[in-house]
Amino acid sequence: MQRRTTVLVLMAAAVALAAGTDSALAQKRGGILKFAVSAEPPDYDCHAATSFAFIHPVRPHYNTLLKFDEPNYPKVKGDLARSWEVSPDGLTYTFRLKPNVKFHDGTPMTSADVKASYERIVNPPPGVRSIRKAAYEDIASIETPDPLTVVFKLKARNASMLTNFASPWDCIYSAAKLKADPKFPEKNVLGTGPFKFVEHAAGSHWVGERFADYFEKDRPYLDGFRAIFITNTAARVNALQAGEVLTEFRGHSPADRDKLKAALGDKIEVMESPWVCSLIVTFNTEKKPFDDARVRRALSLAVDRWRGAEGLSKVALVRHVGGALRPGYELAATEADLVKYPGFGKDINAARAEARKLLEQAGVKDLKFKFLNRNIPMPYTPVGVFLINEWRQIGVTAEHEQPETRAYMANLRGGNYEAGLDFNCDAVDDPNLQLAKFISADKSPINYGRYKDAKLDDLYEKQKRELDAKKRYALLREFEQHAFTQAYTVPIVWWHRIIVNWKQMKGWHMSPSHYINQDLQDVWLDQ
Amino acid sequence: MLRYIVKRLLMMIPTLLGVAVLVFVLLRMLPGDIVELRFAMEGGRVSEEVMQAERVRLGLDKPIWRQFVDWMTGIFVGDFGTSMWTGRPVITEISSRLELSLQVAIMATLLAVIIAIPLGTLSALFKDTFIDHAIRVFAIAGLAVPSFWLGMLIILGLLYAFNWIPPLTYTPIYVDPWKNLSQLIWPAMAVGYRYSAVATRMTRSTLLEVFNEDYIRTARAKGVYERLVVSRHAIPNAMLPVVTVVGLEFAFLIGGLVVTEQVFNLNGIGKLFVETVTRADYTMVQALVMLVAVFFIIVNFVVDLLYAVLDPRIRYG
Repeated sequence: MQRRTTVLVLMAAAVALAAGTDSALAQKRGGILKFAVSAEPPDYDCHAATSFAFIHPVRPHYNTLLKFDEPNYPKVKGDLARSWEVSPDGLTYTFRLKPNVKFHDGTPMTSADVKASYERIVNPPPGVRSIRKAAYEDIASIETPDPLTVVFKLKARNASMLTNFASPWDCIYSAAKLKADPKFPEKNVLGTGPFKFVEHAAGSHWVGERFADYFEKDRPYLDGFRAIFITNTAARVNALQAGEVLTEFRGHSPADRDKLKAALGDKIEVMESPWVCSLIVTFNTEKKPFDDARVRRALSLAVDRWRGAEGLSKVALVRHVGGALRPGYELAATEADLVKYPGFGKDINAARAEARKLLEQAGVKDLKFKFLNRNIPMPYTPVGVFLINEWRQIGVTAEHEQPETRAYMANLRGGNYEAGLDFNCDAVDDPNLQLAKFISADKSPINYGRYKDAKLDDLYEKQKRELDAKKRYALLREFEQHAFTQAYTVPIVWWHRIIVNWKQMKGWHMSPSHYINQDLQDVWLDQ
Repeated sequence: MLRYIVKRLLMMIPTLLGVAVLVFVLLRMLPGDIVELRFAMEGGRVSEEVMQAERVRLGLDKPIWRQFVDWMTGIFVGDFGTSMWTGRPVITEISSRLELSLQVAIMATLLAVIIAIPLGTLSALFKDTFIDHAIRVFAIAGLAVPSFWLGMLIILGLLYAFNWIPPLTYTPIYVDPWKNLSQLIWPAMAVGYRYSAVATRMTRSTLLEVFNEDYIRTARAKGVYERLVVSRHAIPNAMLPVVTVVGLEFAFLIGGLVVTEQVFNLNGIGKLFVETVTRADYTMVQALVMLVAVFFIIVNFVVDLLYAVLDPRIRYG
């Protein structure tokens, strides 16, 4: 047995060596990667950030404990962690750290820094904002038996814990700096990442340069990067077309992709993927007649998602029909599962007949309501128009309201709406994250339907604690069946991510999230 | 004259106070706040507890009157506060963009004056001829075409003709004049065209009025050369309304180039205005509105003083 293992290890090493040699021959050192970012980070603290506008320029300066294995997403791999093990009861996570990791000021990174960073997330000191504290509420203690080992002990099992440890937001900070000032990361950038911070010109650009003492051998390949803030979509596309930037990592609309393809032909590469982002309709259950499940279900049944997704994909950055989880994700409903849920069947005539019957049973005639939507043309407006037309097919009239974002958010969060188009976007595929939209309002800050449903809460908790993937899958299907039958909040269509980059940019991998794979460690320029 | 200047300066205080009250109240009448936008705009799962703590940190939990008093007290001691979005001082945020906006405004103004005064004069001199018609078409087109749209056309033209667009980031003129001008000449042209159209029409119409004045008739009757009649008697007297228009347009350009700056990706005051309004960054919006108000008041004041220089009949006492 031992001999067989040795042979396997040697074979794996030979393959890795061959791949490494091949890569070393192909990859080139040097160059500055210029890319566009459509917004700008407000401050520099990973633990308080929520936007991709933060991740794209800031993430290359930092490392996290784990990260996503880019070509094999959603598998995770070590970033600062060399290896890790999970105890059989799922309550202890032990990480062994890579040696010789240094911060950009030359000080060594040890387990104390990991502990201080996670303590800051789990128990933020006064005045420190920890946005994702709830995701780590199961952590009971963090121990550091030696400088290269960190042990997390949990109060309860959590099936998403490894995903959490790969979160792009969990930057590891210097314990010494945090001790001196817990708010140090808000105004300073000091990480262990492949690039050192050089400059942030507010409103204009962000510059990073190669960290010569980076712990990964021969990385990064680039001499540096320059993120240019370009808020206007047309200006971004023009900059890409002119070669002033080589890419933009969030995503383009189908029209912009086609324009760039026509203008640049084979000079560019187009990568596409389903996106961890969905558009959902939320009904305010405190307003009549949306307090009646039959009315909500009728409105869900009236929508032909399959035809709609196909048509909308031609004009908007949406394409996929899915449930609460991203289509294609290993724990998401398959098409066979989906068609069993109310509103997801393929016989639209039968669904609409049932919808009319439900409205009649509920005593609702000539239903008219205001439909709240975001005033962002892509993809909110076309999806809103599509939905209104679908509801018209069962005699329901919806008036499209698209106030500016500030009023939209305030009305949605404050319950000042009847039905609205909401969105569910996350950094990664994770049922604990995506299902939070559907559980009771007193348990989730992002439930805008203002309802409570003990069954959904119970199923959510069960799937969160279930480490067996098959059993978790079954619980998730039960959750979706109940959620879509009650139809408080129903998914309509999932986003489709389109990335266009100049072919000389290499080593970057497409993923379903615009928040991950952004450390630029393996990116190089073929020039 | 000195008494007049002091009086005008003192009159600025109630005007600015009125602007301050108006912007402060209007901003807070809209639903939602910066905390919601910052944490929930991209779907962040942020608890109400964290949101409330952030409101306390930003001082949004205080009564409205207290927030106003704090802000006004700060202004009187020269402290405009910090941006609620970035945490950086408001003065730093504005000053890093003001240089660019001022340069575009100055370039556009120069361009407009260089185009408008000769064209307006020619148009008036050759009234109802082909030259007049051509200049009027040029001017009306300038008024009809929005600056940002012309800016888009310029960029697309450069992109398709030379596969080139102006630089995306700002370089001060004293660092690299060529790079600076290659970025800013295009927006200055886009804005300057509309600006020159307004000034051309104003120059033409006032010159036509002036040509009918007795002193012009007298000069011509005395046999003064037509060139001298126009340059010494007509143009200086026709400049009063033109100076007013040029002054107001200049003030408008500081902060008014909202869309044009976005089209050219200029990191100026107009772009900052849009971003801060979208983010409900109260301290920044308040400071920007005050800045624009101060510009308008100062430009008006300077224009009034220029009247006395241009027209000897005007004396302030």
